[in-house]
Amino acid sequence: MNNTLDKNMQTDSSSQTEQEFLSFVLGEEQYALDIMAVKEIRGYEPVTKIANAPPFIKGVLNLRGDIVPIVDLRIKFNVGEASYDEFTIVIMLNVCNRIVGIVVDAVSDVIKLSSDDIKPPPEFGVAFDTKFLHGLAEVQDSMVIIVNIESLISSDSLALFDSSNQEG
Amino acid sequence: MSIDIEQFHQVFFDESEEHLDTMEQLLMEIDLESPDTESLNSIFRAAHSIKGGSGIFGFDGLGGLTHVMENLLDKARNGQQVLTAEIINQLLSTTDLLKNILNDYRSGQPINQKEIDQAINLLEETIDADSASSELEVNNDGFGFFDSPTTSGQHTEAFGFFDGTDSAKETNDSAGFGFFDAEEKAEPVKDNGFGFFDTETVKPAPSEDAGFGFFDEPTDTAKTPRQPSPQQKVDTNNKQARSASTPAATQVKKPTTVENKSIRVDTAKVDLLVNLIGELVITQSMLNVLGNSETPLAKDKLEQGLLELERNTRELQEAVMSMRMLPISFVFNRFPRLVRDLADKLGKKVELKIEGGNTEIDKGLIEKLVDPLTHLVRNSIDHGIEMPDTRTANEKSESGVITLAASQRGGNIVISIIDDGAGLNKSKILDKARQNNIPVSDNISDEEVWQLIFAPGFSTAEEVTDISGRGVGMDVVRRNIESIGGRISIESTPGLGTNFNISVPLTLAIVDGMCVASGDQVFVVPLVAIIESIQPSQEQLRIISNEPLLWVRDKYWPILNLSKRMDIDGAIQSPTEAIIILIESSKKRFGLMVDRLLGQQQVVIKSLEQHYKRVPGAAGATIMGDGHVAIILDVESLADDVSTEATEKKHE
Repeated sequence: MNNTLDKNMQTDSSSQTEQEFLSFVLGEEQYALDIMAVKEIRGYEPVTKIANAPPFIKGVLNLRGDIVPIVDLRIKFNVGEASYDEFTIVIMLNVCNRIVGIVVDAVSDVIKLSSDDIKPPPEFGVAFDTKFLHGLAEVQDSMVIIVNIESLISSDSLALFDSSNQEG
Repeated sequence: MSIDIEQFHQVFFDESEEHLDTMEQLLMEIDLESPDTESLNSIFRAAHSIKGGSGIFGFDGLGGLTHVMENLLDKARNGQQVLTAEIINQLLSTTDLLKNILNDYRSGQPINQKEIDQAINLLEETIDADSASSELEVNNDGFGFFDSPTTSGQHTEAFGFFDGTDSAKETNDSAGFGFFDAEEKAEPVKDNGFGFFDTETVKPAPSEDAGFGFFDEPTDTAKTPRQPSPQQKVDTNNKQARSASTPAATQVKKPTTVENKSIRVDTAKVDLLVNLIGELVITQSMLNVLGNSETPLAKDKLEQGLLELERNTRELQEAVMSMRMLPISFVFNRFPRLVRDLADKLGKKVELKIEGGNTEIDKGLIEKLVDPLTHLVRNSIDHGIEMPDTRTANEKSESGVITLAASQRGGNIVISIIDDGAGLNKSKILDKARQNNIPVSDNISDEEVWQLIFAPGFSTAEEVTDISGRGVGMDVVRRNIESIGGRISIESTPGLGTNFNISVPLTLAIVDGMCVASGDQVFVVPLVAIIESIQPSQEQLRIISNEPLLWVRDKYWPILNLSKRMDIDGAIQSPTEAIIILIESSKKRFGLMVDRLLGQQQVVIKSLEQHYKRVPGAAGATIMGDGHVAIILDVESLADDVSTEATEKKHE
């Protein structure tokens, strides 16, 4: 499941079609994720805290009847400042048959990239573990970090799912 | 036109399972002295439907066995075969085997052909043994299917079922739909077409129902799916059938079918409806908030509308919930067989009484009740009911009585398993408890003694049988029941019997809750667990090893601070300023300290696990009137967090 995106990339490279990514800001850095994983984008609103959850799990939210966990990637990856104002954005993701919201500083753009544009990441220098990365891309003279969002959300380090029912 | 036949497999499996259940149930009820023709017919029809379906789908293992079974049943209902207890047993074990085969097909496992052949041989022996004398009158009054002599022995995989039947000598057989049976006899065959073909008035109708189980209602005129010119062919049959008609045919001419009036609804669809209703309930409570804060002018109307909405919501909710409800007889009906088999095995005489089988309960709960109930019934037979001679020695009737009763009490279903056996042995349990190093005081109450049997590894059976005695059961029983929000209690009188009472909520989707605030967060406490809520005075508080303890209702209550447990800032920390909710879980009683009570409300339970994971201390979540999420507390798991130190001290 985690490598669906990889497979997409491979087929893309053969046919040279472009894939769309949603770019967003965490602290000073530009990130992007596969736009097909995005369910919706909304403003941050107060959440219901979950007892004894790690600090990066802000709590749960009512998304039209579904109880959805909200993760603050800024806390998790120690980038930027975890402040919440009217500009704070939550990206609702639909991955692994679950809905998860991630808190980011801003959403910037939809970018089109072909697989040739995506370069392998260096082993260091980004807050993300490289296994959660697809690579890096140059967009308008600045670097965008392409995140493999499925592997990140389903990773043990976020511990969002019970290990027993990852597929659930 | 090609049809993907596999899409019907699931339906066939479900239906066959139902048929097998019906068969088993009816077989159990048969009175050997004067078997009821109607129930024999129903059994026959069930076997026949399975055979028909397995023919279509090529499940030969099922088809072959049901075919032989059908022959035996057919003779039985025609009075050619005297039913004996052995035959009933044989038929019952055949249904068991059929269930296994069905499961094998369902799960795609290879079937055990050897076992099937064995069963077929056994059945055939039974048939032969009894029918040697009556060999010449092989009446096959199935539902208008025609048996072919072995001389032709040809199976055509045809869909129609009246092909070429000009004379009985000719081939007219099809294994396709299973409507035509290849009979291993060479005599001319009499066909008593279940009344279809006896009279001129019966007109075969073209296909009305090309699905499965064509013959559930044999009183219908013949249904002939995909049959070219059915009229013509059936006409020839009519002649033949008429000439061959016998009294047996008229006897079964108009059987009334025992009909299952239920419909099969995909649970996913029902769940969707349940969710939608949940939304409606939320909208209603949202409007409620609005209504309470508006200007007085608009308020009147708003209130009126809200009242209406509330009524509608409730009705709709009830209607939708009822779709998920099934009579508890779904569980109870499997017990006659179990009781019978077990009693036989143990050499005991046991009579099973079922009361309140119509009580309805959530489908999800039914599935979860099967195991605990089975266990309790087995226990009652094995441990509760005494051997016949012991019973007579104690001036009791020779056969023991086990009563399964269900009734609705408020929002709960109460299920009782009552036996009139020896009752629980208090001293034995206490001895066993001491052996297992479970601390027991000397003046322990009966109620507390009985609760001991739910401890893991606890069994007072002197020897371990394959029925019970390993002691792994009762703790699982209690855990299963608690997992569906239920409780189990025991009443027992030595010499008179034991009564297990299980109380489970009607449904799992909605719960009556008390909304409480702690800091800025709102929680819901299930109302069933709450005894009362108090604001304690200083005099009621005690301190033991720095833990506050509440003295109320002549008992000590350890206090669990919800804000500490749930990691909430800004909550009241002094017990005298806070509210203590007295909670009774199945394990412990304790006081839950919260800031204030917000009011009682029905809440829709939402899953936290769907998008997140299980949260310790939370039974789920719900959405409040303002759209916020509130956690529903799980009192059982909160009870685990109550300092055991304090709990132990409360006994002192």
